[in-house]
Amino acid sequence: MVAEKIKLRRTMMYVSGSSPANIAQATIYGADSLMFDLEDSVSVNEKDAARFVIYHALKTIDFGDTETVVRINAINTETGRQDLEAIVRAKPDVIRLPKTSCAQDVWDAEAMIAKIERNIGFEEGTIKLMAALEDPSGILNAREIAKSSKRLIGMAIGAEDFVTSMKTTRSPLGVELATARGLLLMACREVGIYALDTVYSDINNDEGFLEEVKLIKQLGFDGKSCIHPRQIKPIHQVFTPTIKEIDYAIRTFGAIQEAEEKHSGVIALNGKMIDLPMVERARRVIRLADAAGILDGGAYGC
Amino acid sequence: MLTNAVNRNIPEKINNKKLIPYQGEFALSPADAPVASYRKLKKRTPDMGNKIQRDLTAAIRSVGLKDGMTISFHHGFRDGDLTVLPVLEAIRALGIKNLTLAPSSLTDVHDPVVEFIKDGTITHLESSGLRGKLGKAVSEGILENPVVLRTHGDRVRAIQAGELNIDVAFLAVASADEYGNATGCTGKNICGALGYAMVDAKYAANVVLITDNLVSYPCSPISIDQSDVDCVVVVDQIGDSALIGKGAARTTRDPKQLLIAENTTKVIEYSGLFVEGFSVQTGVGAVPIAVTNFLGERMRTQNIHAAFALGGIGAAITRLHQEGYIQKILAVQSFDTEASAALCNDVTHIETETGTYANIFGNGCCINKLDICILSALEMDTHFNCNILTGSNGELRGALGGGPDCAGAARLSIMAMPLIRGRIPSIVDEVNTICTPGTSVDCVVTEYGVAVNTARNPDLTERLRKSGLKLFTMQQLKEMAERLTGKPEPIQYNRDKIVAVVEYRDGSIIDVVYQVLPE
Repeated sequence: MVAEKIKLRRTMMYVSGSSPANIAQATIYGADSLMFDLEDSVSVNEKDAARFVIYHALKTIDFGDTETVVRINAINTETGRQDLEAIVRAKPDVIRLPKTSCAQDVWDAEAMIAKIERNIGFEEGTIKLMAALEDPSGILNAREIAKSSKRLIGMAIGAEDFVTSMKTTRSPLGVELATARGLLLMACREVGIYALDTVYSDINNDEGFLEEVKLIKQLGFDGKSCIHPRQIKPIHQVFTPTIKEIDYAIRTFGAIQEAEEKHSGVIALNGKMIDLPMVERARRVIRLADAAGILDGGAYGC
Repeated sequence: MLTNAVNRNIPEKINNKKLIPYQGEFALSPADAPVASYRKLKKRTPDMGNKIQRDLTAAIRSVGLKDGMTISFHHGFRDGDLTVLPVLEAIRALGIKNLTLAPSSLTDVHDPVVEFIKDGTITHLESSGLRGKLGKAVSEGILENPVVLRTHGDRVRAIQAGELNIDVAFLAVASADEYGNATGCTGKNICGALGYAMVDAKYAANVVLITDNLVSYPCSPISIDQSDVDCVVVVDQIGDSALIGKGAARTTRDPKQLLIAENTTKVIEYSGLFVEGFSVQTGVGAVPIAVTNFLGERMRTQNIHAAFALGGIGAAITRLHQEGYIQKILAVQSFDTEASAALCNDVTHIETETGTYANIFGNGCCINKLDICILSALEMDTHFNCNILTGSNGELRGALGGGPDCAGAARLSIMAMPLIRGRIPSIVDEVNTICTPGTSVDCVVTEYGVAVNTARNPDLTERLRKSGLKLFTMQQLKEMAERLTGKPEPIQYNRDKIVAVVEYRDGSIIDVVYQVLPE
């Protein structure tokens, strides 16, 4: 029996609320999630128009299987509260809370959303949440934020604000983000929610971008926000299991089956003992491959 | 009115000529008649000296241009052309009127032709396309008689059939000698292949060469032969090579264009025709160049070689040829200096005149041997009919080029285009102007996915299932486009005035263009 498919969040592409043309055709590039932005990419005097555009886009455009996320303005502002009032009614899959510093930020948003959901007759909890941690408080409170709400499906780093508050800038190797990425990852893994990495802003530096994607994959992130369609394919390539990985995973399960048939207590593959973490990793490879649509049927006991 | 095979109403007569409605891609045969020629035998003895005329005025006088005649030009310099307008000015200064202007095509730089129409120098147009202010003026009805629009192959057919009689061809060449031998691929301003010009040189009653690089006799290589040339004029500059590929030969980073190109490449890869020895015409423009680059990657990794590439040639195709992945090139037009220079230096990069390339009645043209061609359209309908001439406001803003020729002949004709442009849907119930019949098109590739014309290519759908491409019907694509853009209001035409007739490659009329009413 194949387990329920993993929800892939390898890529979350920003689409500015001030660009109706980009919103209308955002699905074509194959991002796992689309993040319609009402915050930093929208100038103050265009907030109303962008909110209007995103509301109607969500209500009228068929985004298919692509997850829809809306980044609202901070909810301790009037703009943020107006965003929530409108956007919850348009029923995106997820609302992303910017500049989340503590669990209370999530609870405040959750209370407001629940109230709107009740008012309009949605089942409470319909709208999921994501928290962006963008300052030292957020990172240091990552554990409590991660545990704060059942609606929370993941957390992300907002690196630009974070490095500024740390009195530094971003660098090619990303050493300035090492601690923050580590803390956020552990907080996410502790409760089993998604960990999403920050954007890579230099869209013309393909090489540097790929290096960063490989780095955050190795760290353990589930995916990365991106700001240009061109960044989607490389992320998917890095985050999708290779044929070699899939083959190894399949053979791992084959070895388990063989050991079971022989009633052998020791499971080995190519002379190497298979332990529980290896089985777990193989299971994850198969599920990721299945979710990415590159597995040709079959059940591999996961 | 007659109704043709694509259900368009065609008048029985236009310009005092009886029209033949389009009946199908290969339905017509040529008249049983010799190839037409108005070329006279000409005597030139050794003591008559060279063929140089001191300026354009002298050249025009020497060939006896008169009121009511037909003149032609080639459009190998495209937006870099600096020949058409000076020649027209010289003609106007001589007081010659009532001319038919019949170049191989016209581009945006030819907007000032409108002024020569207004003053009566030009009273009739025949071309591959019309754009810019000229296209707008014609659409608004500036000419009394309809423009005749022909594909590249059809223009040669019309010349050979005696339907287009060129009295004087004014041909810009990059280098020429004093006796009229000429080439496009050496000189100060090169345009490479002279595929369009070679036809006019062969069939016009009189030929004037215009060059900015006079070389010692004999010029080599020879693309235009001295025996076809009456006189040679040296000017300061015939054209700007850098502008030939402007807007057409660029490498794109636009994600939507790259996505269409990637999808198109996948169609080729899974079509069953991407095998050793295949042939391809990719063309130029953002998407085709990206397709060429993507296809090149596949050719390298899968070690597949093309027997030949065809048509308008740019640097991307030239490089694949030089790497050995394309064995030969048949070049009608060169789009950049890299392709032009390669034409000059490599005997397997072959200059090809337009008739050899695409004339349906030319006893077998190159495109008959073509496996895959990539084309584009301004809009298509749910029957795969293509419009490459008129824009969303109904005005002329495109050219037939070799599109209908290639689509009709190639084994796999792919239309690659965005589903929506701005707020305009590209797939509609009915196109403004039918240029390529849907029966010539195998599939359309968009940023959303592909629609296969199963009537023309019943196996392609099954083949493409393995590609991972999303497959739709044309009806589905049309509905997807309309969901995003809404349905545009119909264009308001004056159905009493036809401003252009669109010939199919066999000379029959596939559609007409009506006068656009002011908004």
